[in-house]
Amino acid sequence: MNEETLDISQSARNKAVLNLNDVTVRFAGDSGDGMQLTGTQFTNTTALVGNDLSTLPDFPAEIRAPAGTTYGVSGFQLHFGSSDILTPGDTPDILIAMNPAALKTNLHDLKNGGTIIVNINSFDSKNLKLAGYNENPLENESLKGFNVVQVPLGQLTKTALENSGISSKEIERCKNFFALGMMYWLYSRPVEPTLKWIEQKFKNAPLIASANEKALKAGYYFGENTELFTTRYRVEPAVLPPGIYRNISGNEAVALGFITAAEKAGLPLFLGSYPITPASDILHELSKHKNFSVRTFQAEDEIAAITASIGAAFSGALAITTTSGPGVALKTEAIGLAVMTELPLVIVDVQRGGPSTGLPTKTEQSDLFQAMFGRNGEAPVAVVAASTPADCFNMALEASRIAVKYMVPVMYLSDGYLANGSEPWKIPDPDKIPAIEVKFSKEKEGFQPYSRDENLSRPWAIPGTPDLMHRIGGLEKANITGNVNYDPENHEYMVHLRAQKVKNIENDIPALEVTGDSDADLLIIGWGGTYGAITEAVNRVRSKGFKAAQAHFRYLNPFPKNTESVLKKYKYILCPELNMGQLARILRSEYLIDVQSFTKIQGLPFKSSEIEKKMYMILGGNNGRN
Amino acid sequence: MEGINVTQLQNGNVNLTAKDFASAQDVRWCPGCGDYSILAQMQRSAPDFGVKPEDIVWISGIGCASRFPYYMNTYGFHGIHGRAPAIATGVKLNNPDLSVWVATGDGDLLSIGGNHFIHACRRNIDIKILLFNNRIYGLTKGQYSPTSEKGKKTKSSPFGSVDYPFNPLSLAVGSGATFIARSLDRDSKHLQLMMKRAAEHKGTAFIEVFQNCNIFNNGAYDLLTDKETKSDNVLMLEHGKPMLFGKDMDKAIKLSGFTPEVIDLNSGKYSIDDAWIHDEKDPDPTRAQIISRFSELDGFPTPIGVLKQEIKSTYNEDVFKQIEGVKQSRGSGDLKKLLYSGNMWEVK
Repeated sequence: MNEETLDISQSARNKAVLNLNDVTVRFAGDSGDGMQLTGTQFTNTTALVGNDLSTLPDFPAEIRAPAGTTYGVSGFQLHFGSSDILTPGDTPDILIAMNPAALKTNLHDLKNGGTIIVNINSFDSKNLKLAGYNENPLENESLKGFNVVQVPLGQLTKTALENSGISSKEIERCKNFFALGMMYWLYSRPVEPTLKWIEQKFKNAPLIASANEKALKAGYYFGENTELFTTRYRVEPAVLPPGIYRNISGNEAVALGFITAAEKAGLPLFLGSYPITPASDILHELSKHKNFSVRTFQAEDEIAAITASIGAAFSGALAITTTSGPGVALKTEAIGLAVMTELPLVIVDVQRGGPSTGLPTKTEQSDLFQAMFGRNGEAPVAVVAASTPADCFNMALEASRIAVKYMVPVMYLSDGYLANGSEPWKIPDPDKIPAIEVKFSKEKEGFQPYSRDENLSRPWAIPGTPDLMHRIGGLEKANITGNVNYDPENHEYMVHLRAQKVKNIENDIPALEVTGDSDADLLIIGWGGTYGAITEAVNRVRSKGFKAAQAHFRYLNPFPKNTESVLKKYKYILCPELNMGQLARILRSEYLIDVQSFTKIQGLPFKSSEIEKKMYMILGGNNGRN
Repeated sequence: MEGINVTQLQNGNVNLTAKDFASAQDVRWCPGCGDYSILAQMQRSAPDFGVKPEDIVWISGIGCASRFPYYMNTYGFHGIHGRAPAIATGVKLNNPDLSVWVATGDGDLLSIGGNHFIHACRRNIDIKILLFNNRIYGLTKGQYSPTSEKGKKTKSSPFGSVDYPFNPLSLAVGSGATFIARSLDRDSKHLQLMMKRAAEHKGTAFIEVFQNCNIFNNGAYDLLTDKETKSDNVLMLEHGKPMLFGKDMDKAIKLSGFTPEVIDLNSGKYSIDDAWIHDEKDPDPTRAQIISRFSELDGFPTPIGVLKQEIKSTYNEDVFKQIEGVKQSRGSGDLKKLLYSGNMWEVK
């Protein structure tokens, strides 16, 4: 392939090159059009050229919804730039619409004056009708104000792949590579990383490999030669802290985080899991790494998944279970068992839209109450939440450390947006990650299964250890001995003890950090995956001369010790959440502070502009302005 | 005998007695409960397993039977309703050197925990499941269970239960369990033998113990335990032996095609050569399934003993074989290499 390397500098000669600070691109097409693949390839190449980025895949719950329908549209949005990129972008600058349905469902998000590249070959009467268009939008005024580029993608791909030895159906499937090649040209990205990927991916299907390569290159050359594009764009590499980077999704980061935690703890990693969207990729990723002695157990159901993990924890594993909201609901009783038996266990909840089956492929933050309170009895667990895809790695380490140190189940909250979204990750040096200390009991002398250390944690004495045979279970325990005990005073004591044990974790986690203006009246608080959108909104508001401060929770139970003092400093507190105001309600009841809730429950992440607008409403005309 | 070499291990464990396997806890079952016998037989046979108490884990769910782990001086885990086989699976997968046992009841294993039971059997995970089948919910004070006979009058079925019951042996055969046996709480010697056989087996071992609940379902198995009636109603299965029963062992089971029939050896029409020879190693589960249904056929005895034993690789063996295989081909995991992989770039 080297001899065919494309010469970008040469091709750039003929057309104007415009430098951009950042761009938001959205690919949209049928769920069978390969939009996720196209988006991922564009992302990986963009990462390699050194841009900062953030992605938002958005796909239907159906694997292959009927072709041409609006509900079968699959999208992939990517925001990349030469400065700090915090969100996947509010409004795309450019939309690639592979068919009328994709245009119809995505047009309203597009920036005024934005560019639309359409595959005109799909704008036939059948597809227009399926999308609900009475007339062809390319032939009336409805796209006025947009820069519409009509490309016969299907036809061009067909021509490029004449005599390629593959069927016309297979040729049709290559058109996403044509589109990708065209986008590479338009945004001055190299095609080589994707060529390499194609070679790897289709090494057992050389005809398909060569067809995809041809389609990719044909798309690139088309961009260069067509009169349709007069300008191409360049986005300079971002200035990021020095280091080695890779692009990583939240689910990948969770998986790598737990492998790292297990290595750092010197424990085997055990994952009990049942497939569920959007958490399954964690199971997939961990299943690949058997050479780290990872035991992945694909259980018969959600309950078996967690109870097997509890069994593994009892026998000395770093045990985790991964799921989404409906799965947590099923695991509820077992989480209580882990609370009662005081075993280390991490429950990863990749939240999605609920209730019930809800919106399996869409994001939401509506499981906070479930994580905090969703069990029978007084059953406190530690709760942590990752704030960005890369942060999913850090919080896996934290969740593991807390679980093992405090002999307690930890709820780890991620969400569909973090799970499938990706961003550049500065890879840490594993040698510099602190060890997770594990103390298995060995000594018979003085051993009691429910004795307490300075943190109120009980000893971890695993089967196979001579002389420490003991029995634990879900019945109430007498403190110290761990014998079954129904005494009223003991029960009350134990309820308080378990609560205090979780509370003690506050001495062991970072303080709530406040950024922005220390003298602001307005504090924006958030938790989990809204970090990027809130941060960008705060940056924009401040850049317009308003004052605002920001604090983001990654530890939700217990809260950082300074939470109350932070909250009490501000006149206004705004809490954007993708739910009905769950954190706001907890904070209000905990601290008697007037937290204003700002909610969105559409299965989509916040746009920064939505939060920004809300902030202006609070800050008012000149309130807070310098 | 496949699996553990009992004699050899016994020598390393000579000093252990039943007492060593009894915990300090007071046993709290109702006086006269069949569970006492099951516990006693387990404590008596455990020294012969050749496994140290610290390497044994007893796991249970909820119900009277599930109190069992508290009374064994081994590691124990009293779990939640129905989930014992899943908890046991996690214990075994994390540490395959442990001998992992499940104590469970008919409600726990076959109703709320039915899914975990069939999947444990399907996988052939090396755990032993001891089902205390008293055909009633005891701890919740007497509702019909999934093994209660149709028409049973209980607190929750005052006009008689309309449910058809499970046949646990048939379910185990259908789910692919590799060791399937049945015993009686009142037959201490036989029960001990079955426990030892299960201990020696590699793979999912299932023992159904007919256990009398003298409070809520007293006499459920009288027909099989009373001197007067048992010989006509019990078929003691023995590998390689003809299926004979009756006071004078003069009745036999004959298999014609797939249809079993009871034959009278005194009739002059049949000889002992016509009797079906029990083959617990029969690789085809069809015949084991036929035997398991005897108890539902008119005039047939209820089979007791080892119904089936099959030797095949266990789930835990295959899991670790795969892990070792990947380590061999890829080398043991290197964290730095793992993190520093994929498409990387450097920012200077």
